[in-house]
Amino acid sequence: MSRNPDTSQAEGALQSAETAPVVAFEGVSMRYGREPEVLKDVGFSLPRGSFHFLMGASGSGKSTLLKLIYLAEQASRGRVELFGRDVAQVKPKDRPFLRRRIGVVFQEFRLLEHLSAFDNAALALRVLGQKPTSYRQDVAELLSWVGLSHRMHAMPQALSGGEKQRLAIARAVIHRPDILLADEPTGNVDFAMSLRILRLFSELNRMGATVLIASHDEEMVARSGKPVLHLENGRLTRYEGVSRSGSTPPPAPEAEADEEAGL
Amino acid sequence: MSDTPAAPQLDVKRWWPAPMLPESDGRQLTLLFVLVVLCMLASLSVIGALAAGRAAQGWKAQLVGSATVVVRATDKESADAAAARAAETLAGVKGVTEARALERDKAEALVKPFLGPDPLPPDLPVPRLVAVELDKKAPAGAAALQAALKAAGVDATVDDHSLWTRQIMSAGALADWVATGLFAMIVAAAAALIAFATRQGLATRQELVTVLHLAGATDAFIARQFQARFARMAFFAGFWGGTLAAVGAAALKLYDRGQTIAALLPLEWTDLFAPLPCPFTAALIAAVAARLTAEGALRRMT
Ligand SMILES: Nc1ncnc2c1ncn2[C@@H]1O[C@H](COP(=O)(O)OP(=O)(O)O)[C@@H](O)[C@H]1O
Ligand SMILES: [Mg+2]
Repeated sequence: MSRNPDTSQAEGALQSAETAPVVAFEGVSMRYGREPEVLKDVGFSLPRGSFHFLMGASGSGKSTLLKLIYLAEQASRGRVELFGRDVAQVKPKDRPFLRRRIGVVFQEFRLLEHLSAFDNAALALRVLGQKPTSYRQDVAELLSWVGLSHRMHAMPQALSGGEKQRLAIARAVIHRPDILLADEPTGNVDFAMSLRILRLFSELNRMGATVLIASHDEEMVARSGKPVLHLENGRLTRYEGVSRSGSTPPPAPEAEADEEAGL
Repeated sequence: MSDTPAAPQLDVKRWWPAPMLPESDGRQLTLLFVLVVLCMLASLSVIGALAAGRAAQGWKAQLVGSATVVVRATDKESADAAAARAAETLAGVKGVTEARALERDKAEALVKPFLGPDPLPPDLPVPRLVAVELDKKAPAGAAALQAALKAAGVDATVDDHSLWTRQIMSAGALADWVATGLFAMIVAAAAALIAFATRQGLATRQELVTVLHLAGATDAFIARQFQARFARMAFFAGFWGGTLAAVGAAALKLYDRGQTIAALLPLEWTDLFAPLPCPFTAALIAAVAARLTAEGALRRMT
């Protein structure tokens, strides 16, 4: 606090280069077509290696917020940054390379019906042009990790809701993404499996992935002790909790100005 | 040998990735049928062009290889004598292999259609004809023949068939243009069909395309899936279309036994191999059409 302002500025620059938040929203609003705004003036940031839950009632905009991160939608207003880059400035031909650093568990799974569980799980690797011989082991291992070793060659239609969900999770993490987004990933599985999934996410988080999970599973969220982003009618209302690793989550939007002044 | 335990079976097919695009459905069968027909038509147009070209060459060779000289009697010389002298003179001209005066009845036969079937009065001054065979490699020109005859003092007109040759050559060129045009139109139709099918495929596989995009697939990657699918289909269609064309042409040749059609379209057995490149050409055209269409459409999708 008593530091030379020049030094702190230099440090700030260094920090933004190396530890820029993986995801940063600034005054982001989003509307579908001419509908009313679904997200209103949302601002937050996810530091590298952080783990957050995104909570909110059905229709509060959780899925929409995730879509903005995985580049399925574009903000109507405001600024969305991924890895320090303004996504509005990213050329269409560069988008695939940004998306490859993101793993997504879709709320409705979006498994490819004509591909086996194995081929679905391997999707992100095939898209990278990897050969079956090089990914076979990894995919088989991951599928047995999510309890699908006996279902590897089953088609998605033949899988139960819980199995589909686990497959969707396997597909989202197979390429070890930098950001893992999951939209209600424990909606179709029993409590034991949801804990197991949570453990997988924590494991990936420990390996460096930044994790954001949309959920309204209060019990699981509470049990995890992870910080929570709260959406209410498209507004980010609360930003609570401190992650166990000790890294302080960014301040809530309302508190941001105060905290900065305090520095 | 049988002591060693059997190695665990690896079912390669199970582990081999399925194509990114779903396997073909009923609609693809219609497309395949139309592609086979187009490939067959394209192959037939090539076979036809080869035969037509051969016919034109044949006619031209016959005409270029010969000339006809019409010899008239003069005050000093009878037609027969003039014809004999003309033949002698012409035989000595460079580029002439043979010159032969035709008998009176040959000449009469030529004028008969114009004068009717009644016997001609013997004193009618029917001109004589000298048939000249020319050296195929360096035929003597009409001017050279005419000059030689004039020098010998024979009243004669040389017809080296150049009028006919020109007409046959231009007819041959026209046939070439028609065949090329037909071929180009068939190629364009096939490319348009593939483009249409690609656009259709992208539209019906919207969800697949979106999921692939979100998984980080480039437009090129997705376009390649369509390219591979349609190239494979076109290869197959090219094989069957080409085979059908060859079989059809062979049947025509066998049935015709070198008679009527052979005169107009002298097919050779080697022509039946013309459709050999058809599968490759078809695959290439389909690949390019699918690739360009898919990349264009995907650019507009996101
Ligand atoms: N593709 C869409 N087109 C139009 N409206 C949409 C679309 N997706 C979501 N919405 C609307 O946006 C609001 C927020 O939806 P969503 O982000 O799915 O919320 P949540 O995931 O929290 O349930 C809802 O009112 C929903 O009807
Ligand atoms: Mg949702």
